[in-house]
Amino acid sequence: MKTLIKNGYVIDPANGICGIRDILIDGKVISKVSENIRSAADVTIDASGRIVMPGLVDMHVHLRQPGREDKETIYSGTKAALKGGVTSLLAMPNTQPPMDSAVNIKLLKGILKKDAQANVFICAAITKGRQGKEVSDISGLQQEGVVAVSDDGSSVDDKEVMAEALKKAGLNKVLVICHSEDKALSSGGMVNLGIISTRMGLRGMADEAEYKRVARDVELAKEYSCPLHLAHISSQESVKIISLAKKKGVRITAEATPHHLSLNEEAVLGYDTNFKMNPPLRSKEDVQALKKGLKEGIIDVIASDHAPHTENEKEIEFERAEFGVIGLETILAVGITELVEPGFLDWPSLVEKLALNPARILGIDKGTLSPGKDADLVIIDKEKEWLVEREGLISKSRNCPFLGRKLKGKVEYTFLGGKIAYKA
Amino acid sequence: MVWSSKDLLGLEGLSREEIEFILDTASSFKEVSSREIKKVPALRGKTVVNLFYEPSTRTRVSFEIAAKRLSADVINIASETSSVRKGETLVDTGRNIEALKVDIIVIRHNYSGAAQMLARHLKASVVNAGDGWHEHPTQALLDMFTLREKLGRIQGLKVSIVGDIAHSRVARSNIWGLVKLGAQVTVCAPKMLIPAAIEEMGVGVTEDIDLALSGADAVNVLRMQFERDGENAFPRQLDYFSNFGITQERLKKAKKDIIVMHPGPINRGIEMSSEVADGMSSVILEQVTNGIAVRMAVLFLVAQANDRIKNNEDAH
Repeated sequence: MKTLIKNGYVIDPANGICGIRDILIDGKVISKVSENIRSAADVTIDASGRIVMPGLVDMHVHLRQPGREDKETIYSGTKAALKGGVTSLLAMPNTQPPMDSAVNIKLLKGILKKDAQANVFICAAITKGRQGKEVSDISGLQQEGVVAVSDDGSSVDDKEVMAEALKKAGLNKVLVICHSEDKALSSGGMVNLGIISTRMGLRGMADEAEYKRVARDVELAKEYSCPLHLAHISSQESVKIISLAKKKGVRITAEATPHHLSLNEEAVLGYDTNFKMNPPLRSKEDVQALKKGLKEGIIDVIASDHAPHTENEKEIEFERAEFGVIGLETILAVGITELVEPGFLDWPSLVEKLALNPARILGIDKGTLSPGKDADLVIIDKEKEWLVEREGLISKSRNCPFLGRKLKGKVEYTFLGGKIAYKA
Repeated sequence: MVWSSKDLLGLEGLSREEIEFILDTASSFKEVSSREIKKVPALRGKTVVNLFYEPSTRTRVSFEIAAKRLSADVINIASETSSVRKGETLVDTGRNIEALKVDIIVIRHNYSGAAQMLARHLKASVVNAGDGWHEHPTQALLDMFTLREKLGRIQGLKVSIVGDIAHSRVARSNIWGLVKLGAQVTVCAPKMLIPAAIEEMGVGVTEDIDLALSGADAVNVLRMQFERDGENAFPRQLDYFSNFGITQERLKKAKKDIIVMHPGPINRGIEMSSEVADGMSSVILEQVTNGIAVRMAVLFLVAQANDRIKNNEDAH
């Protein structure tokens, strides 16, 4: 079966394409991208006035299954992903059981085969039980197809353990992803330390809890010359450290979330738990530094850190509520509304941050529209405004910080392996 | 002016005019407590629930007396004796109380933001009687009422707040209120008990108690809680008294007519000496008396505002 997407404004930074093109899909793969394709097709879609880009690669997603199917399932999470334009995602290992052994990965792969509606890549745990004590069998995990390891939610406190993990991961060509937080410095905190924590009467989380751990892990990455990816960076000090390390040639990459790039600590003043996440929303200066870092390539990736929680865990006292917010369905629109529309980032850069860079960092064959590659792509109406509403969300959870916000840019079609997997 | 909010959650969100309006309303209620028959029918037929998740005697009794002097019916719920212990959520508890056709819920809670959350979910009025480290608005209002009564004004006064600022809702509410009303506020505590960036709330900061007392028109002394485990606890009670305790010697160096306040209960020999607590400068018991008038004003104003809101809804 052949599908022809006509007259779309195609943005494919991997191939330097940014202009009106036709795309011919043959079966599962992209057959041709050029002007005025005249081949016959079974289906023709007129994409005039629309943006066509590679499907998003979201490298930070909590799908919760197995173990917490009340929050999210593989099915609901990947459905939400498709609606948001995400065709590939990296599933975090803090499930129950955690993804710390080949046996558990096999269990997960069984569910994925049955239920996944998008491409799911697996991130396993750095340490057994995510306890930070004993490094997982990284080579065994790699043989099961794991592409990255992370103890996301916690940092590996023990430097020796982290060093060993980096060595093993390096040997096995598995990416190490760090949740940078020294809990000795942030413990008990729930909003950014400073005037906001003081006004709210809540324990604060110091930014140094993040950047000191970033500094430690960057040093380790340098020492063992192993690639390292820093998850959900939130503070300007971290950006400085990453910038300096990159200049010295250390092989590190970094991501920021849509919420840390667009919301500051003041959002939390009403005790709305949909703004409670870890790391916390930081100061205006931090947000500016993050955006600048994104523009300058110090931050390589925008990732959602989609973290679903039930209403029972969120609609309670702020101090008792879980950390984390959902983001799969809003990641693209927030990027357009907050970064592209104000002229901060151009379209090709946005596509790099959302699709090409994460694919390259993970070493997966995604994020481009090159002929021969899987036809994972999205067609977007960039002018379309929509209201983020609880009822409209596909995720099982509702803990979205953009509820009630009007966002610009809506996914009209998501193609997965040449098929229409989502249509607005 | 007209008071328009169904709730009183804190002083941070209030204007100077609103705060002064509450204090003025309190002035007119104060006289009721000195009558032979200490009762007015202002809230007759209304029901007030004191929902207390933390042990408290003085604040709860003060609210109870205030409500009764306004002729309201009062029910007290303490967390030990309620379904709270059975794991019911705060919002569910609030909705159940509301379903009993209660008009005002006075809430004391150990979590910051609890009163705000309850108010967001209920149509009943919510009055914050202290939430975590966040705010304790009626305490600050009665402190300001006492200051105004004693010194005739708040504008231009120098007020020092001494003690565990970091964990104090009394300190936060006082700072918001006093700064809005034009006082010059200094907080004084050991460094570990000063919260981050507090000066951005418009106050001066010092660790020197003599400096804090020097030139001050009033000093508000907070209760030290040594029972707080581990974090930020001041190591030794005696050290605290010798470094920060209010004594006659220290007061000799201060303004002659300085006023000493304390929200109670006092730890004699820790925050201040007995001589000071019982001395000429102390207005501590007057604060307690004024607490009734202030809480009467608050209960009256939120009930009236909520009646107006409900009438408007009916009219539409």
